[in-house]
Amino acid sequence: MAKEFDLNEVEVWDGNFATSQALRQAQIDVVAAYPITPSTPIVEGYGSYVANGYIDGEFVMVESEHAAMSGCIGAAAAGGRVATATSSQGFALMAEVLYQASGMRLPIVLAVVNRALASPLNVRGDHSDMYLGRDSGWIQIDAFNSQEAYDLPLCAFKIGENLGVRLPVMVHQDGFTTSHKAQNVYPLKDDVAYKFVGDYVPVDEMLDFTRPVTHGAQTEEDWHYEHKAKQHKALMDSRPVIDEVFAEFKKLTGREYKRVETYMMEDAEVALVLLGSSVETAELAAKELREEGIKVGIIAPRCIRPFPYDLIREALDSESLKAVCCMDKSAPGGAMGALFNEVSAAAYTTSSRPMITNYIYGLGGRDFAIDEAKRIMKEQKAHADAGHITTNIQQFSGLRGPKLGFYETRRS
Amino acid sequence: MSITGSASGNDNRGIRELGGEEKVGWDEVTQGVALNSFVGESENAAFLKPEERNYNDFNSYTATVASWRIIKPVYNRDICIDCQNCWVWCPDTSIISRDKQMLGIDYDHCKGCGVCVEVCPTNPKSLLMFGEKEDNDEALAGWPTKEKK
Repeated sequence: MAKEFDLNEVEVWDGNFATSQALRQAQIDVVAAYPITPSTPIVEGYGSYVANGYIDGEFVMVESEHAAMSGCIGAAAAGGRVATATSSQGFALMAEVLYQASGMRLPIVLAVVNRALASPLNVRGDHSDMYLGRDSGWIQIDAFNSQEAYDLPLCAFKIGENLGVRLPVMVHQDGFTTSHKAQNVYPLKDDVAYKFVGDYVPVDEMLDFTRPVTHGAQTEEDWHYEHKAKQHKALMDSRPVIDEVFAEFKKLTGREYKRVETYMMEDAEVALVLLGSSVETAELAAKELREEGIKVGIIAPRCIRPFPYDLIREALDSESLKAVCCMDKSAPGGAMGALFNEVSAAAYTTSSRPMITNYIYGLGGRDFAIDEAKRIMKEQKAHADAGHITTNIQQFSGLRGPKLGFYETRRS
Repeated sequence: MSITGSASGNDNRGIRELGGEEKVGWDEVTQGVALNSFVGESENAAFLKPEERNYNDFNSYTATVASWRIIKPVYNRDICIDCQNCWVWCPDTSIISRDKQMLGIDYDHCKGCGVCVEVCPTNPKSLLMFGEKEDNDEALAGWPTKEKK
């Protein structure tokens, strides 16, 4: 029997420690892991809980991230609650196996501490790895601070393991700005947290010898398409389950989460759409600009996959909203930023159809501070006042050298 | 195609063409492509002979999956000493043996790799490779004799 961990009502934890505590409380059967900065302390902490008797489970040290996720898939197919953590290059090495996990409908939880992708090699936080996972068929939820890095993994197990969902879930947090920043965190008692997550209910588990089962079958053109369609539907249908789990978590803790977080959007004339630790920076900037009379609001997708097309549209469909800037913290690779593309597509089917621009920012951990957020918000206000986009549609924030931008509006 | 020597009258080995199964829509496919080997519960499957097990249609046992074989092993009962070497080595469990007695080749699953012939210790060999279209009786009629030292 696992020992109970003595916790205070309020602890000072960084994001990594918060996540490893949440994983401990979920009493995972198997963690197969390979360390990588900045996510290492999650599995390092977990390993120490196993070694010190706080978990009845196995910690498997493997030779790579590809092996880590492969081990997780084997353990999950066998019928266990499974989780691991990674970042950046490790995430990229896992990419092949991520698709296996979702296609096999195994509710593994992966803590992703977001970090830039090489080259050039960089250990700091941006969203390149998170974006790389966009089409992998996983549910992706984003924590903006340490408290959320504790709360959301608990929710992730409950969402992914729901029998109507049965999909793997990534819980993201920003490398260093969240993972290594100590903040006040209000944890649940071990028994309360475990009760919230609930006992693991295995499905088609290989250790059920009365029903031998094949996992990871090959299907060609006669079956593959139907399986992928069914998987996509499960992902789309996970939206109400996510909402229910968030509602249940609020009942337990008072802390409210939504698939799309909005801040002062009710009467906003301009808005920023962004992810991760930058959200709180933008909220502070918005508050300051409100005092100067500029009605700024913030839209922050908490849930990246399934993409909250419904709630984004709801947030954007307002008479007062004129100009929106979508901020992508990932090198766009010859396109507009992904957040810009997806938010624009949602906005296109609203009657308000605000002007939308795109900023690339924060690559490789480049700082994004309140003053820069305010500058970008004021620029949106200038678009709103002019009635058209007055800059390039895609621009770069915090970049040295001559001004870089692409495309001009063809709307007058 | 049947085996050389039948194991059971109720055997559903290789009774269907691969891809001949009913094609259901996306709403009816199994979750996560999990494919059960047997219909219903089968706690004692390990203690049953294959022909006694209630294999699911998604198990390759019931399918004939050897259409791409171009050479085949032919089995000569008169020479075989039932050593079970071929049974041990066959990568596709296509050597059929019951009570340590060799019955023949499962031509619905054999891919014609020839490993059984390689590992056969008798002289002459009790298994030899022939062209897929060659007649088994003719092959047996022309079987080589014992090699002198």
